[in-house]
Amino acid sequence: MTATIKINGEECSVSEGTTLLSACREQGIDIPTICNAENLSPVNTCRVCVVEMEGSRTLVPSCSRQAAEGMVIATHSDRVRRSRRMVLELLASSVDLSRSEADLLGWIDEYEADSSRHSSGDNLDPPATVAQPVKLQDSLYVRDYSRCVLCYKCVQACGEEAQNTFAISVADRGFAATISTEFDTALPDSACVYCGNCIGVCPTGALIFTTEFELREAGEWNEEQQKVTRTVCPYCGVGCNLELRTQDETIVRVTSPSDHEVSHGHLCIKGRFGTGFVKTEPDTES
Amino acid sequence: MENTDLIVLWGSNAREAHPIMFHRMLTGKRNGAEMIVVDPRHTSSAAFADLWLGLDVGSDIALANAVGREIIAQDLHNKEFIANATEGFDEYAASVDRYTLDYAEEITGVPAEGIAELARTYAKAPSAILCWTLGITEHHTAVENVFSLINLALLCGHVGRYGSGLCPLRGQNNVQGGGDMGALPNRLPGFQSVEDPAIRSRFESVWGAPVPPKSGWHLAQMFEAMESGDLRCLYVIGENPADSEANAAHARHLLTGLDHLVVQDIRLTSTAKLADVVLPAAASFAETTGTVTNSERRVQLVRAALEPPGQAKDDLAIVSGVASEMGTDWGEVTAEELWDELRTLSPMHTGMSYERLEANSGLRWPCGGEDDNGSLFLHGRLWDRPVSGARAAFTFAEWRPPVDELTEEYPIRLTTGRRLDSFNTGVQSGAYESPIRNREALDINEADAQKLGIADGEIVRVSSRRGSLETPVRIAPSVHEGLAFLTFHFADQVDTNLLVPDDWDPMSGTSEFKAAAIRIEKI
Repeated sequence: MTATIKINGEECSVSEGTTLLSACREQGIDIPTICNAENLSPVNTCRVCVVEMEGSRTLVPSCSRQAAEGMVIATHSDRVRRSRRMVLELLASSVDLSRSEADLLGWIDEYEADSSRHSSGDNLDPPATVAQPVKLQDSLYVRDYSRCVLCYKCVQACGEEAQNTFAISVADRGFAATISTEFDTALPDSACVYCGNCIGVCPTGALIFTTEFELREAGEWNEEQQKVTRTVCPYCGVGCNLELRTQDETIVRVTSPSDHEVSHGHLCIKGRFGTGFVKTEPDTES
Repeated sequence: MENTDLIVLWGSNAREAHPIMFHRMLTGKRNGAEMIVVDPRHTSSAAFADLWLGLDVGSDIALANAVGREIIAQDLHNKEFIANATEGFDEYAASVDRYTLDYAEEITGVPAEGIAELARTYAKAPSAILCWTLGITEHHTAVENVFSLINLALLCGHVGRYGSGLCPLRGQNNVQGGGDMGALPNRLPGFQSVEDPAIRSRFESVWGAPVPPKSGWHLAQMFEAMESGDLRCLYVIGENPADSEANAAHARHLLTGLDHLVVQDIRLTSTAKLADVVLPAAASFAETTGTVTNSERRVQLVRAALEPPGQAKDDLAIVSGVASEMGTDWGEVTAEELWDELRTLSPMHTGMSYERLEANSGLRWPCGGEDDNGSLFLHGRLWDRPVSGARAAFTFAEWRPPVDELTEEYPIRLTTGRRLDSFNTGVQSGAYESPIRNREALDINEADAQKLGIADGEIVRVSSRRGSLETPVRIAPSVHEGLAFLTFHFADQVDTNLLVPDDWDPMSGTSEFKAAAIRIEKI
């Protein structure tokens, strides 16, 4: 079944039930979003992807609203642009977004989001998530929740959307909300199995590889010198695809393409963290 | 997996050994599928199951035969499919008749009602996928174990349909591809028989060299030939038999006694340390270009991201170099050129150009031409009426117990497997630090620990008819009384394969890694 909808004055035919976000992207229209991912179902937390829909009093989130016959959508009206800019400014004023995905940094520029307009100064305590020190609790993960916008993607990936481990969830409400393990225990003592699928979906750089964190802290993280190579995981027979990000002949981050039929953007601990053996000199190690 | 009605995991702990496949299975569960796990241990996979059957190690054939008998007794078998697509049903039905629920309960330790429930659920499911791994194949009855599962699929018509099939989950990223490429003693690339003169002559005309007309030795036969002195020189590529072979002390003794041992590997493995010559190889997945084939027959491209370290070279360059030293100049062959030659010789790969593999995120064989997008599942022909090609045969197998007998001297059954963060002999996984990796320990049941007066974490002596070692103990509810579990990931710490019997299945050559008889002693 297809539905005919009008996007920015242009009629187009989309399959019924597809989200407005997918429909717009199919038409080549770029809509910013933080909490949406191809391999997760929509949770409507960030409100960056809103569009204007005729007959609707409020703006609607395009990531979850399904296309239906006769819908009339405006994706870049003044009202939409103002809303997106405001949301980006509020988020950027509350947490440090400087290590975000390139898309998000690009949208902050494009929407001229100026976080200083909402700077709280010294009058307010920062949100609970920002007040936490960087968590360095093991050899693989760094969790810097002062960069967390509480988009829930990591919770989804840890839970029933992928890993089904349920090691993390959102604790508390509002300004007190944080992403937390059970009883806020250290990660190595939690249910975590270190698949790193939370890192894979984190849009703001709050969750990163230790290798990446150390290079960034040393000022040696250099994306211009990096290349990304797609290959197949060297471990079991499932055939997950890996994207090896290398710098100076070293693997500095491993991700998985979310559009791949086998792995859908997800990996296990071996695929994500166990590829370092390639750098071990074959004549010195056993 | 995502759209089936029933997933049966039989001798597979996919949660740890195939984690991303298990994601797909859990999506299937969320979409309404039931999950049944058949495993001696209550594994992390079993924790997700609707039904877990904790059979005794090595009793799989008895269980499968009883399930088959019960399906027939309850008149739940698919008579249309059996009549039109199979052969040997009557003999099978007569042969399994003595595997009553009570008899099977006695052998397997699984309550009769559990066996009946598996039979009912499997037979009544509109679609069902039966998956297995080494829990089925690392036995002295490996191939018969597989036949006994295939019989169940044939009884119910759970094969060759979308959402219904038999699914052996492959343990390594290219174990399927290795076989497909002819790294088997009796096959040329594309599973073509080496003993068929017409096939041999096709290869000979392209290769310009004669192909030996007889099947070679498989791994177990090679070790026997080392023992008899018929095999004196060994060239090992990307395998670590010194750590991975059953009855490890004996295997190492044979490897050490060779006239000449060449090992080609990415690291100086235990086997490489025994070698006369070590040829340092590039890591295929990250330092070379080529293809690997996964569990679903999907051929995918691997691409070089890094330069190989030191003197290491691509396997292809090393083998070509060896050929050149032997007086045959193959020139500078690229992986793609070699692949294109393969495509002219292996009909199931013909349509898989690098360009198409790239564009399609891999293709599943058989893929016969440039307009063939590969095959989602096999054996769909069994649903053609009349069936096209040969009928699928029921192959009855009689249950036989594991070779390594439990006695008063060796009263505990040891089985082996993988843990989530580690892999085989640790050549790859040993190089990263895992926060969830503890020291290797022997999982035993609390009741056994109490009987022996052993505390959690205590070091004990474990002995089998082949060897003896010391290991810490972990009291684990996943193993029942009389059962113990170890991995072989950490030979430096706990050399598990010292204990494991090398009695092998005459059809597959696989040793019975899953069933050792051991004694545990307090030190």
